[in-house]
Amino acid sequence: MSRVTQASPRTPPARGDAATRVRPQAGRSQSSATRRNWLFLAPLAAVNLLVVAGPAVATVYYSLTEWNGLSAPTFIGFANYVELVQDTRFLNAVGHNLYYAAFMLIVPITMALFGAFMLSSVRRFRLLFRTLYFVPYIVLSVVNASIWKYLLSPETGIAAGLNQVGIHWLDDVYFLGDTDLALTSVAFVDNWHWWGFLVVLFLAAMQDVDKTLYESVRLDGASRFQEFWHVTFPSIRPTFVFVVVLTIIWSFLAFDYAYVLTRGGPADASMLVSILLNANAFSYQRAGYASAMGVAMTSFTVVVLSVYTWLRKRGWEI
Amino acid sequence: MATTRAPLPPTVRRGGPPRVWWFYTLLTFLAIFAAAPLVALGFNSVKSDQEIASNPLGPPQEVHWDNFLHAWQDGNIGRGLVNTAFLAIGTVVGVWIVAGPAAYGLARLNLPRNGAVVFYLFMMTALPVQMFLVPLFYMWTKVGLYNTIPGLIIIHIALSAPFATLLLRSYLITLPVEFEEAARLDGASEFSIMRRVILPLAWPGFLTIGLVAALAAYNDLFFATLFIQSDELMPVSTTYLGFQTGFTRQWSLTSAAGVIITIPILLLFMAMQRKFVEGLTSGGLKG
Repeated sequence: MSRVTQASPRTPPARGDAATRVRPQAGRSQSSATRRNWLFLAPLAAVNLLVVAGPAVATVYYSLTEWNGLSAPTFIGFANYVELVQDTRFLNAVGHNLYYAAFMLIVPITMALFGAFMLSSVRRFRLLFRTLYFVPYIVLSVVNASIWKYLLSPETGIAAGLNQVGIHWLDDVYFLGDTDLALTSVAFVDNWHWWGFLVVLFLAAMQDVDKTLYESVRLDGASRFQEFWHVTFPSIRPTFVFVVVLTIIWSFLAFDYAYVLTRGGPADASMLVSILLNANAFSYQRAGYASAMGVAMTSFTVVVLSVYTWLRKRGWEI
Repeated sequence: MATTRAPLPPTVRRGGPPRVWWFYTLLTFLAIFAAAPLVALGFNSVKSDQEIASNPLGPPQEVHWDNFLHAWQDGNIGRGLVNTAFLAIGTVVGVWIVAGPAAYGLARLNLPRNGAVVFYLFMMTALPVQMFLVPLFYMWTKVGLYNTIPGLIIIHIALSAPFATLLLRSYLITLPVEFEEAARLDGASEFSIMRRVILPLAWPGFLTIGLVAALAAYNDLFFATLFIQSDELMPVSTTYLGFQTGFTRQWSLTSAAGVIITIPILLLFMAMQRKFVEGLTSGGLKG
């Protein structure tokens, strides 16, 4: 398969992947040239092996051990995994992640789809709106979280603002301190910083939609909603499905906003798997058990991506 | 409608202005939702704590610019920004050094198993950090990279490199090969072709991957909380987190510090919005 030689003259095409170019073989010098060319990948391979690939393999091994992170690990087979499926704290966190995924699949995607559709239908101020929606995404999560801590606290922010005009509905509502509200509040703040990013993605896809499709349904007397449903949505389906897949994966790995706003509390009410894993690995000295959690989280990602790939292979146009 | 459709100019819209007004109303409502919390942050950053208590959301009656001075002095914010700058610059340079040659190799050198390498890099961009986090942490403590900025930089290089390589590779593929051909005929080595021919042409691609990597390093909270312990080494994200915990009830200082941290990134965003959006949206589509 290797066809590159240093000295061989290159032939067109002028553009395109190197893989499409075929050139004559040049004997022995070619394999040493290939070996030298591999060196271009050496820095990447080294840093990946050190930080990612090596430790990833180690995680699989440590997940089969009782290990506190410092002393030598003891091999215990699948005991960590057996414990994992019976651990109510872990299962509780998994449930929260599923709820989080449902929230992030419904709220930000709906807001972004309609926001982007409206933006694609107007002419003026499009860039201004897009910029305003996008800005929360680039502000540091700790700053965003601080703003919302202020806004959602019953003594300050929105509650205090309502007090000024004599409305006392929120005086006793602890959005981040109530076990019933904490998880939804965290997801809400995460959504606030996230949906504008999706607007940009969807808007880019919508601007590529063939304009003549709109003209034909318009002549058939379609309403704006019908336009969206019959033209826009089918045309951006690959982007939509992609965002859905990413949302599912990322919701299972969510960390920042829950960590800063509630640290998983109160009483584990907003505990997510990523926070629980860190607690096990670095506070409870249960690095082996945390490794098993890491393998479980990765397995989830692998399953989601495999289903996605499988559906595409079966001819789903996604 | 069996008859042939009359070609209407694309600007003609059924319904016309009234519906567009609806759209503008809803779009404005969404814009307020997105921007109002940030505006409140700006207002509170120049109020006194007393005024925040009596006027929690509105514009300031009296402007206290000295909040910024206090926040800067009390909060170690300057130190945090300097650390973040080191972190971001180190990461960007590292990513360029690692991803540049790799992307060139994958785009131009027709290596055997090229496709397998690209597939591996795609997998790396989707791999949860939890898959390697725990052993990495204990290895870093063992080799003395824990609680050091270079240690954190190496992690960020490794995290950003696979995606940066893929992005740069797809950029390099679109570049014409004639210049390389000419250099190769003149007997230049692959390395010097990369350095003298490709680099000058590919700088927009490098700019994009640099921006994505710098933003990732600036935005990171996860690794910063775990791998940096000393106050004087913390990047601005964890510095601010500590500041906020230390001054829980002093919203004027907390807000002023928040504004100080946000302004550099906001200016950068305004200056190169197009590049930002291009880099980040391709970053979002990395899977």
